[in-house]
Amino acid sequence: MGIESSLGDGFLTTKVDALTNWARSNAAWPMPMGLACCAIEMMAFAGPKYDAARFGSEVMRFSPRQSDVMIVAGWVNYKMAHAIRRIWDQMPDPKWCIAMGACASTGGMHRCYGVVQGCDNFLPVDAYISGCPPRPDALLHALMKIQDKIRTEHSVTLDT
Amino acid sequence: MVDKLSNKFEDSFIKVYQSTGDTFVLVEPHNIVDICRYLKEELHYVYLNDIFGIDRFTTEDRFEVVYNLISLRDREKFFLKVRLPEEEPVMDSITDVWQSASWMEREVYDMFGIKFNNHPDFRRIFMPEDYNYYPLRKEFPLLGIPGSIELPNSTPDTE
Repeated sequence: MGIESSLGDGFLTTKVDALTNWARSNAAWPMPMGLACCAIEMMAFAGPKYDAARFGSEVMRFSPRQSDVMIVAGWVNYKMAHAIRRIWDQMPDPKWCIAMGACASTGGMHRCYGVVQGCDNFLPVDAYISGCPPRPDALLHALMKIQDKIRTEHSVTLDT
Repeated sequence: MVDKLSNKFEDSFIKVYQSTGDTFVLVEPHNIVDICRYLKEELHYVYLNDIFGIDRFTTEDRFEVVYNLISLRDREKFFLKVRLPEEEPVMDSITDVWQSASWMEREVYDMFGIKFNNHPDFRRIFMPEDYNYYPLRKEFPLLGIPGSIELPNSTPDTE
């Protein structure tokens, strides 16, 4: 306990990595990409009952420039894919993506010519949620997985 | 209504039949505009509910265009049908009679490739303009033609 004993009360020592990861993981602001019925469950996730505020994710940012996690909630058609990609490109690094529900993950029941069969065809997805639609708890689970992922990242070297 | 219609347009009237509680009237495509105008102005079928196409996948008269007409005054509705050949399915647009037919005819064109003459704004309505296929034709694969619609780049625009 070399240095801490000489600093006195009110100081602690830590790594920059640990500090930034702690801050990032507890303030992962979502970019809601509500495209279909999953968006209703996403609202419940943000609302008081399931309360994403416990994880620091209560502020849905409708501006991509202020958000960290994109939640793709619903089926993605080819026309929308370009808009989503554009919004994703406008989000500042570091950023994460949740594919919420069967449709965003695989195309789901929309097995047809107009719907992209999984938004991982054009987005780097970090967490997939099964369900049609998934319960808000499942989205919270995905958010916690994203938090786990953020905590294990080397944030200092990542910033290129 | 059917009697009046068959008397007035004797040579283009083909048949009438009932199915699942609805009346279907099959006519020749060549003077569809006159028939529709007569139905609207004389028989008060003022409300064009829908236009849709059918791919019957038969060798003769493969495509069918169906008009769903409603008379608000008489509280009646029926389906007016027209059959078109596989080669060059072309017919006249009825946008002069009901303006609302515009988008419906564009949808029929987009999905089945049936062309409408004298349409004021004849473009595809859902699929991209350079798309070469008609998705609701029976020979079109369920998942589409791979690579026929562009996906966004997976690298950012700025790089």
